[in-house]
Amino acid sequence: MDKSFFADKKICILGDRDGIPGPAIAECMNTVGGEILFSSTECFV
Amino acid sequence: MDMANQTRIKEVAEKFGTDKVVVILGGAEAESAGLTAETVINGDPTYAGPLTNIALKLPVYHIFEIKDLIDPEVYDAQISMMEMVLDVDAIKDEMESIRQQFS
Repeated sequence: MDKSFFADKKICILGDRDGIPGPAIAECMNTVGGEILFSSTECFV
Repeated sequence: MDMANQTRIKEVAEKFGTDKVVVILGGAEAESAGLTAETVINGDPTYAGPLTNIALKLPVYHIFEIKDLIDPEVYDAQISMMEMVLDVDAIKDEMESIRQQFS
């Protein structure tokens, strides 16, 4: 898989409060490509 | 995976098509990441949410799995600290297992 896979994709981010939060994933995905539709941070506790 | 996010994923898949949507996870544990992956591929395994019996078959990856595609400086700033404390290999193995099992 390379960056071109994400080029025309809509990205849904499901972060984790105890893992990687949504905004941190979003920052990373901004360098990969695609359009971020939403970013969420779940809490599993 | 909470009910609100199941609803959002379902709506997004219906609006844009399942071939256009990708889900990226940041789960702390292999089990929770695996359950979320299973939900967006095969439907809600707890039979409680809007994705019950709805197999969207969406591509889903944990952020650790696509490290090589991310700008190294951004990855280092945003992810690397948690990468040191979480069981990256277990999470990657579980994600691969779930994809093979349900995709």
